[in-house]
Amino acid sequence: MIETKGPKGLTRRELLSRATAASASFVVGAGFVAGRDAAWATELTAIKPETFATLVQMARDIYPHDHVGDKYYAAAVKGYDTDDDAGTIELGINDLNAAARNAGYDSYLAMGWERDRVDILRGMENSPFFQQIRGGLVTGLYNQKEVWPLFGYEGESFTKGGYINRGFDDVDWV
Amino acid sequence: MATTFDLNDDSVVVVIGTGAGGGTLANELAQKGVKVVSLEAGGYHEPQDFIQDEWASFGQLAWLDARTTSGDWRVSRDFSGLPAWIVKSVGGSTVHWAGASLRFQEHEWKTRTVYGNVPGASLLDWPIDAAEMDPWYTKAEDKLHVTRTGDRPGLPGNNNFKVFEAGAQALGYQDVHTGRMAIKSQEGPDGTPCQQMGFCFQGCKVAAKWSPSYDEIPKALDTDNYELRTQAHVLKIEHDDSGKVTGVLYADKDGNQQLQKARVVAVAGNSIESPRLLLNSASSMFPDGLANSSGQVGRNYMRHMTASVYAVFDKPVRMWRGTTMAGIITDESRHDPSRGFVGGYEMETLSLGLPFMAAFLNPGGWGRDFTAALDGYENMAGMWLVGEDMPQETNRVSLNTDVLDQYGLPAPNVHFDDHPNDIAMREHAWQQGQAIYNAVGATRTFPTPPYPSTHNLGTNRMSENPRDGVVNKWGQTHDIPNLFVSDGSQFTTGAAENPTLTIVALAIRQADHIAREMAAQNI
Repeated sequence: MIETKGPKGLTRRELLSRATAASASFVVGAGFVAGRDAAWATELTAIKPETFATLVQMARDIYPHDHVGDKYYAAAVKGYDTDDDAGTIELGINDLNAAARNAGYDSYLAMGWERDRVDILRGMENSPFFQQIRGGLVTGLYNQKEVWPLFGYEGESFTKGGYINRGFDDVDWV
Repeated sequence: MATTFDLNDDSVVVVIGTGAGGGTLANELAQKGVKVVSLEAGGYHEPQDFIQDEWASFGQLAWLDARTTSGDWRVSRDFSGLPAWIVKSVGGSTVHWAGASLRFQEHEWKTRTVYGNVPGASLLDWPIDAAEMDPWYTKAEDKLHVTRTGDRPGLPGNNNFKVFEAGAQALGYQDVHTGRMAIKSQEGPDGTPCQQMGFCFQGCKVAAKWSPSYDEIPKALDTDNYELRTQAHVLKIEHDDSGKVTGVLYADKDGNQQLQKARVVAVAGNSIESPRLLLNSASSMFPDGLANSSGQVGRNYMRHMTASVYAVFDKPVRMWRGTTMAGIITDESRHDPSRGFVGGYEMETLSLGLPFMAAFLNPGGWGRDFTAALDGYENMAGMWLVGEDMPQETNRVSLNTDVLDQYGLPAPNVHFDDHPNDIAMREHAWQQGQAIYNAVGATRTFPTPPYPSTHNLGTNRMSENPRDGVVNKWGQTHDIPNLFVSDGSQFTTGAAENPTLTIVALAIRQADHIAREMAAQNI
């Protein structure tokens, strides 16, 4: 699972001391990927950390919500960190990086503009890999209960007595 | 109470399915003193068991057995293994339904006569009409506590309705209200009224919305005439050398096959499973399946012309709060060929939670064009568009012998091509729906494609002439007098209205007929 580490967890300095690579968004070390602000970190068992960081960026580029933090995208794709799935993911991200190199960049993560990365994704959107990642995100991202409040969605209402006394008709602008 | 019937008791009526048709029929018969065994493929869920979480609820309730699709409808591309979003549970798809309870309009019983010859469509007049159905509709409305019928008040309008109503009025629509809903709108001896929870589709946890699960089956169980068997998945209907049906073979909850003998069998498994069961019951005497001398079993599959419109505004709406579908504009439901199509459509409020909105707003969509829409979720309003689609012989449920279900039986394939009339109606409905929201200041609107079908109709259709359909005006099969069809697959044509009230009215009427015919020893 995704560990959320604040000031009492891994500090930013500690993270960076363990890091072997970093991109604009991520700190990548032996067996882990973390946010640059150390607000979250995830341990990996099967997928290479660089691959996972690229996968998180790909997830954000597919369903970009600027008010939704990377940790939710990391959580949405963490399920692929298994021996069964790792091979497919490594191959797919390899293809993604190869396409980035063909476009003149060192890697997908090295592409600074979302628009350029999306061009790469458009070029592979009918591939089984892209469709697997996109399809999985529909539930992996949007069915995280922690994400719902970021969109205003309130989830279950039964334990609060429904909305009969809590604003089912509180629109005041029509 | 807690009656059980022997498997060899051949005096019982076996009703297959406990949804709007089967659940109603079973209780009505039990109340009349007829012995009934219900076989329900799903399990029993108490209202408190329902889950207000869209995907978790889907996993709890949806019928997810193997199914395949073909044809040019977009559902086949977006949800190839899920042609229909219907329920496997006691109560059937009434657990999931929104509660909209509308009578057919008079002309909708006679569309072949009124619409004339529509090329490519297999339109047919029903062998019954509005006058015949009027008293049965009244009984159904009373049973379902339908708001705005009898002396029952309407539900209050929620946020989604207030936006919808303002847009409708701005456009000059006349008939706009919070719907005729099978959801209790006031305190009374019959139970708790609507608490505006916003999860009608996930099963009503206070049982304010009618479902046989808690409104019909318990009443049947209170008689000495009724047994409910859950997780009893029917495999085949058996018959004797005279061509009468004699019993029903089913797999029980442990997977063991059981044969329940029967005097009468009523099929109510929804419009995909009902024809599939008749086809899977083929024998040397009936090589094309039971009750299929017309070749019409499985044909004329209808799913209503459907679509949605969602719109984002510059201020919050919070459409998910309150009754999911308590809002309707009926102005477009008239038959007015000057719009470029025959038949009409209803516009009804609808909301989805964030998880389902992500799945259904634009299936397959991605990138900022898609996510900007979801960023506006809190400011979003929504409506469903539901209209009459054209029956076509080639739209059909057939057996896919390449795909077997968990019992080794051929899965159903659902083939559907949109008729040009369906497409013209959908385009008109999208345009009007968007105009409604634009009239109250929408900043962006979304003409959203159909979801997996919730209204599955017509695959054992009712006809005057045995050549044209599967059942007569009582839902009795033309070929086999003690075999009945009791669900929406009887529908000759689909009308513009949500079908449940009509299914219930037909089931009440059919119960009357079956009891009368049994008493007269005719069946």
